[in-house]
Formats: sequence, C-alpha cells, structure tokens
Amino acid sequence: MSDMEEIEGPEGRAAPVPPRRVIGTPPPTPWLIGPEDGDAEEGHGAELEPAEERLPSQSDYPEHAKRAERLVSLCFLIAFIAGCGFIAAYVGLEVGGNTPPGANVVDAVLRSNLALGLSLSVALLGLGFGALFWVRHLMPDVEMVEERHVLRSTDAERAAFQEYFEEGTSASQFVKRPIVRRTLMLATLPLAAIPIVVLRDMGPLPGTSLRHTVWSPGRRLLLYGTNQPVTPAQFSAPGGMITIVPEGYADDLDALAKAAVIIIKFRPGELHIPTRYQGNTLIGTMNWTVDNIVAYSKICTHVGCPVALYEQTTHHILCPCHQSTFDATTGATVIFGPAPRPLPQLPLTTDAQGYLVAKSDFTQPVGPSFWERG
Amino acid sequence: MSDTLNVPKALSGTGSWLDDRFHGARGLRVLMRKVFPDHWSFMLGEIALWSFVILLLTGTFLAFFFVPSSAEVVYHGSYVKLDGLRMSEAYQSTINISFDIRGGLLIRQIHHWAADLFMAAITIHMLRVFFTGAYRKPREVNWLIGIAIFSLGLVEGLFGYSLPDDQLSGAGLRIFEGVLQGIPIVGTYLAFFLFGGPFPGNEIIPRMYIIHVLLIPGLLLALITAHLFIMVHQKHTQMPGKGVTENNVVGQPFFPYFMAKGGAWFFFIFAALALLATFAQINPIWLYGPYTPVSISSASQPDFYMGILEGSLRMMPAWEWHNFFGHTISWSVLIPFALPLTIILGGAAFWPFFEQWATGDRSYHNTLDRPRNAPIRTATGMAAVVFYGVLWAEGANDVIADKAQIPLYTVTWIARVLIFVGPAVAFYVTRRICIGLQRKDKELLEHGLETGIIRQLPDGEYIEVHRPVSEEARAVLEAKKVPALLPTPGAEDENGVPSPQTRGALGRARGIANRAFAETVVVEPNGHGNGHGPSGEEHAAVAAGDGHAELPSGDEDDGGDGSRGEPASS
Repeated sequence: MSDMEEIEGPEGRAAPVPPRRVIGTPPPTPWLIGPEDGDAEEGHGAELEPAEERLPSQSDYPEHAKRAERLVSLCFLIAFIAGCGFIAAYVGLEVGGNTPPGANVVDAVLRSNLALGLSLSVALLGLGFGALFWVRHLMPDVEMVEERHVLRSTDAERAAFQEYFEEGTSASQFVKRPIVRRTLMLATLPLAAIPIVVLRDMGPLPGTSLRHTVWSPGRRLLLYGTNQPVTPAQFSAPGGMITIVPEGYADDLDALAKAAVIIIKFRPGELHIPTRYQGNTLIGTMNWTVDNIVAYSKICTHVGCPVALYEQTTHHILCPCHQSTFDATTGATVIFGPAPRPLPQLPLTTDAQGYLVAKSDFTQPVGPSFWERG
Repeated sequence: MSDTLNVPKALSGTGSWLDDRFHGARGLRVLMRKVFPDHWSFMLGEIALWSFVILLLTGTFLAFFFVPSSAEVVYHGSYVKLDGLRMSEAYQSTINISFDIRGGLLIRQIHHWAADLFMAAITIHMLRVFFTGAYRKPREVNWLIGIAIFSLGLVEGLFGYSLPDDQLSGAGLRIFEGVLQGIPIVGTYLAFFLFGGPFPGNEIIPRMYIIHVLLIPGLLLALITAHLFIMVHQKHTQMPGKGVTENNVVGQPFFPYFMAKGGAWFFFIFAALALLATFAQINPIWLYGPYTPVSISSASQPDFYMGILEGSLRMMPAWEWHNFFGHTISWSVLIPFALPLTIILGGAAFWPFFEQWATGDRSYHNTLDRPRNAPIRTATGMAAVVFYGVLWAEGANDVIADKAQIPLYTVTWIARVLIFVGPAVAFYVTRRICIGLQRKDKELLEHGLETGIIRQLPDGEYIEVHRPVSEEARAVLEAKKVPALLPTPGAEDENGVPSPQTRGALGRARGIANRAFAETVVVEPNGHGNGHGPSGEEHAAVAAGDGHAELPSGDEDDGGDGSRGEPASS
C-alpha cells in the first residue's frame, strides 16, 4: 500500500481510477470487494439502530410505494379469484358416484383434482407473493440490534435458589426420614410396571403358532387366483413359478401369511436337492417332490416378503424386497442376500384323484427367524 | 412522528382489551420487538414447522372419512377396476377418499407430500444446525428435542403410509413384523402383542391409527412447541458478520417483519405442496390393490425417509446364529435394524457432549461457525452424510441396477464396500477441503484480493496489486474461533503432577481429540487492522530478503485501492 503511494504519487490518489482487471483473473464477488467508495460505509453503520429506536413509518422509496401497493393488492386479488375458483370447481365438478353419466370416473377425479389443486395453489401463491412484496417493498427496511440476556442467573440468585431448595428438602423431611422415602419408592414400583402389564391382553402368546401352518396331510394345493386344484399332468412342460394356496384357506390372510407356497416343475435331472441340507433333522427330500415338481414356502426367511420373482434360465428365486436369492434346484439354498436359511420345502404327494396334496405340514418353521426357533 | 402512525382504534384497542385481562402489554411488546436474524438456512426448520401444520390440517380432513378397520368387505364402489375384490374397510375408505370425496385425492396427496417434506426439511435443518455448530451450549437440549422429533417422524410416517392397507404398504408392515420377530427374547411377544396375534391379524390397523392420529402427533406437537419456546427464549443463533457479536442479535423484529415473512413462507410451502399434489401423483393405492400376504410387486420401495433402513436390510449379508443355546439370533435382521440408526441418531445426540469434552469449551455460542472453520466437525458430518447416503441409495439397489444396467449383486457389493470406505474418504477429503478454504481465507485476510494488475516497483520488481476485502467480508473471515489446546497428554506441571484433564487412557484419547479439533490455519495478526494486506512484521520479514523492506509503510492510504501480495519469489 505504501508501495503504491511511492509509485503513483499524490495525484494518483486525488483522482482514484478503478483498477482494471487483467485477463485470466476471476472477478471477485461484490461481497468480498465491498463498496468502492468509503461513504457507503456510513450508511450501513446507521442501519444498526439501538434497540429502543422507533420503527420508521415511511417506505424507503415512497415513489415506488404506490406501485408496490398495487402489486400487492393485485396478488391478493388473484388469490381471491382463485379461492372463488376453488369453490366453483368443488361445486361444479362432481366425482365418484355423482360423475355425470358417460364420463370416466378416473378422468372425473383427475379433472377435479387438477381444478381444485390449481386454484388452491394459485390462491396460496397469491397470498405468499402478496405478503412477500409487502414486506420487501412496502415495509421500510430496518435492521435492529437486540442485546442477548445472559442465560445464567447471577450467583446470588443461584445461591438463593440452592438455599431455598435445601430448606424445602429439609422441611419436607425427605432426607431425614428414610423409611418414608424408601416406602414411597417401593410404592411406585408396581405402579410403574402396570402400564406394561396391562398391555398383556393386546394379543395372544406366540406359543408354537409360528412353527406350524395350515398345511396338513392330504390338503390339496389350489392355484392362487382361480382356487382350482392341480394335477401333475397339468405341468406337461417345465416352466415358471406358480403360487399355491391351501384348500380351505384361500382367502384367509392370517393362514396365507405363513402357508403361501410356490411350485416349480423341472426337467428330469435338473433337481438336486441334497439328502440332508440342515443338520440331522431332515433326511432325503427328493421323495417330497412329485414328478419333478417341487414346492417351497413363498414366505422369505429374511423378513417375510413373498418371494415372487423367478428366473427360469438359472432357476433362481428372488425376493423383490431385499433381493435374497435362492437356488430352486438345490433345495432353495441361499446364494445371495440377507436371508439366512433356505426356503422350507413342502412335502408333496398326490391323492386318490391324482391332485397334488401336501404330504404333511412343513417340517420346519417358515418365514423370518425368531428367538425361539432354535 | 405520531401523526404519521395513524393506527385505527380497532387495532390498537384490541391490545388494551387484552392487557386489561391478561397484563400482557409488557411481555407482548418484548415479544413483538424480538429480533430474528435473517439467513436463508434459518428457513429450513420453518419448512418443517409449516409442513407439520399442513399435516395436522389435512390429516384432520382425512380422518373424517377414513375407516380404521381390517374388517373384510367386497368392493362395489365407483372405481370399477376393483369391483368385486375383497379388501379391508381401511383400503375401501381410502379408495373412497380418492374417488368419491371431492378434493379427497388432493388432500390425501398433500398430506403424503407434506409428510415427505416434513422429514426432508427436518433432515436438512439438522444438517444446517450440525455444520454451523448451532447445537453448542446453550442449545444442546433443543438439539436433542430435534432428534426426538426426527425419530418420532419416522414412526409416524411409517404408520401413516401403512394405514391404507394397500399391497405396497402391507409389504412394509410385513417387513416391520419380520424385524420385530427377530428381536432376541421378546421379539415374538412384541409382534404378537402389537398385531394382536399372528400377522396380519385384524388389530394392527386400528392400533396404528390411534398411534398415528393421537399419540405421536400429540408428542410431536409438544416437542415442537418446546423446540420453538426454547428457541425464542434463548434467541436464535446468527451467522458471523459485521456488527454481529456473541452478545447481540442483528435482524428484523418479529412484528411486523418476521411475522409477514413467516406467513408468506407458510403460503409458499402450502402452495408448493398443493402444486405437487396437483401434478405429481403420490401413492396411487388404487393401482397397488388391496393387501394380501401372497403377492408383491418388484421395485417395492418405502417412502424416502425409511430408505436407510431398507438399504441396510438389503446390504447385510446372510448371518445368523442358528443355535445360540437353543435359540436363534438373526444378525442379518438385527444389525441393519438397529445399527445404522443408532450410529446416526445416537451419534448426533452424543456429538455436542463429545465436542465439549474434546475441546474443553464450555462457553456460550450464539454466533455460528462457518463449516470450514471446524474441520473435524464438518468432516464427521460429511462422513455421516455419506454413510447415510450409501445406505439410502442401496435401498433402491434394484432401481439403480435397472436404470444403470449394472448387475444387481454388483450394486450391493459396491454398497457393501462403500459403506466402510465412503465415510473414511469423505472425512479425509472434507477435512482437506476445510483446511484449503481456511488457507484461502488467510490469503484474503493477509494479502487481500488479487486484482490482476501488475505494477513495477522503482527497483524494477513486478508485483501484483492486492485489494483489501470489504469490512463485511473481513468480519466474516475473522469470525473463526479455535478451541484452546488442552495440556499435552502425560505432560506434568512444575510439581511433577500430570494434568487431570488428560490423565489416563481416557485423558490420552481426549488429548488426541483435542489436537484434532484445534487444528487450524493460523492467520498472522494484522498490524493495520483494516484489511490492508500483510502485517507489518510478517511483511518486513518476508520482504527483507527481497531488498525493499525499507519501503515506508503507513496507514495514510486507507482509502487506497490495493496492497501488495507476497513477493513473487514465494
């Protein structure tokens, strides 16, 4: 700076020329440069009014105030018209059962939604912009400074509080009489437990209900949707995955949440169900299939979504919720994803009429893991 | 002056009527004159507030028509595509709200969008509070209340979108139930008590309903009220700037300025939600169909705020103890359910106290930090953002795989690696960026702005002219506060007694944390005090080697247009 003095001399200062920028240097933001001349600084300082300063009652730019006033009222007027439009649209556009004959119900609803939504939006925007212009252009711009009060009380006040608290404590005899104190605490214990205890009747105990489904020996497999029984002969060609529900429970959601099953028909030789896939509880499961048709639980062993996706070329069953992937050819063992166990297999056989039936219930609990599962 | 005030009697009369009865004049005057600082980021919390108000309004309307019942009915309403289908009364009434109640679809969609906006605004508001250090003393309690509001909002949202009992939300409930079952010891009991028996049962809809419309909104209302009262009582924080100190608030008074701005903001937010509800369809439950546990559609995603839980469930590898003393512990459910939210929300709750412990700073903070000036905090925050972001994105891994044509398992594997690497890289990079920005600030303070003008000195040397930064900018740049260094771990005083603050293993950890927090780019004290380049001493020291230290320096060029930078040799 003093260097500049030496170079430019006094006459350079008398007529300060704004420095020109050179190509290649980014222009600094106005915020970093600040005002070019010093007198603007004073104006800024003057805005910092003391807390008890009165608010000005005149707009900053009285010549613009009239225009701003018109703008604000225009916004409010638009809001008024749009608000009336909402009521008109509500009265005029019927929906649902009152849809005019010949009109599509969905179209009527969407039309009503568009009219109501648009008029409501415009009304709200009108109010919003009106209020915004009001603050910005009609109210004088002020900046006030308020002192923060110290949150901490004075030492005297804290001491007085402490003193009274101690007085109160000893007056209450709470410290002096431990038997009262202890029996009081004892008395609250069961009362504190009651809110938990009374929740007991919100539901039955789980018992062993998570271990069983409604499948039982001889119960027919019904196609989900049509509720028709199935014969192995219907699957002349291997193909996709079919959802099955148990006969007698086709519409029972509680039963289906555990008992839903998928069946897949394989070509001979494709199915490789290991003879014992989990410890010593299960032995040879190939005889659980009928004519290369295998049935697995549809309820994912992760958190219970239905495993609904099947890739025929790889025989992968995929759960769309968290992408646990099971290999259908090897007893639905997990090949990817968070599911910790294979999908349990439902033992199949055929009944006298040749329909697919369950040989028994699942031999292990279906669905997500739980503590008592073991 | 008084003749220009000209306030009608009806307006001023109300005040005296109230004061006659409530003695409110003094308190209300203080409240009306309450100064609120102005910064765009202070409006984020307001978005959450106004969204909540809109949620209460629209939710009340919906409750007039919604039937919280699982009782099975056969639909024969005006939406013919569902004709003859079995469904719950809850689903049927939601269909009726959408198709048979005028404005029902609009209000339903506003309600749903407002819930998403509520959670999004809280999230961003919390990031603002974190990155600027607004949670510091005396505002730790309000920070904790905010975390409670966020957590309740998650449950409130989950229960809310589960109420219509459609196929998508039913799958969400099934996942919720499956996760509950996985909790050791009490899991099956919790699930059976909440659902009134095996899933899905008939109890869950009315139970969620009363929690959704009464219990949690009541808690939220109480917490939000406390949040606001504490904020008003403690006064709002403010960004550093000219005239801003720790002991004042610079801004505009509540009445009429902040009130009008807040009102305008409410209308804008309501309008934005109404526009979304008009043009952006959300949760078209009539397309999903009624819930059955047998079916599901692919690309099932929850609302965005549950995405982190969904993503962590998807990311987790299969891991289970099949036989833990005869019991099952399903880590592949427990860890994703509990760990990420504990890290994020627990970490957030813990952070203010950790920072106080590490910095030894117990003073009041009413002026906010610029994120760059607290590198460790900013880096930790960014690490958390990346951690959250990876989990969140993994929640849509099937959509990502589909859109980006990346194999699904690859997406999951990338996420599994990123969840560990991402936060570490984010921490390192953010810290470096913060230090870099501090260096830039130091340059600005010590040397001013480069003007790009080259001048020749009498001795032939070329220098670039620097221009001082404005007073406003200087006030902001100089607002950096660096925590004081605690005694070095193991250091002893003159009597050979180690400092109690950094003694022991915990003390050593504290010493390390303290040094990390205290890392900063030191700005040389400025001799001129008005932003005109380097301090005299440093300038002289640096310039001495270049042979022009003898150049006179002075303050007479205050209004001048430049100062010189460091010599070109540096």
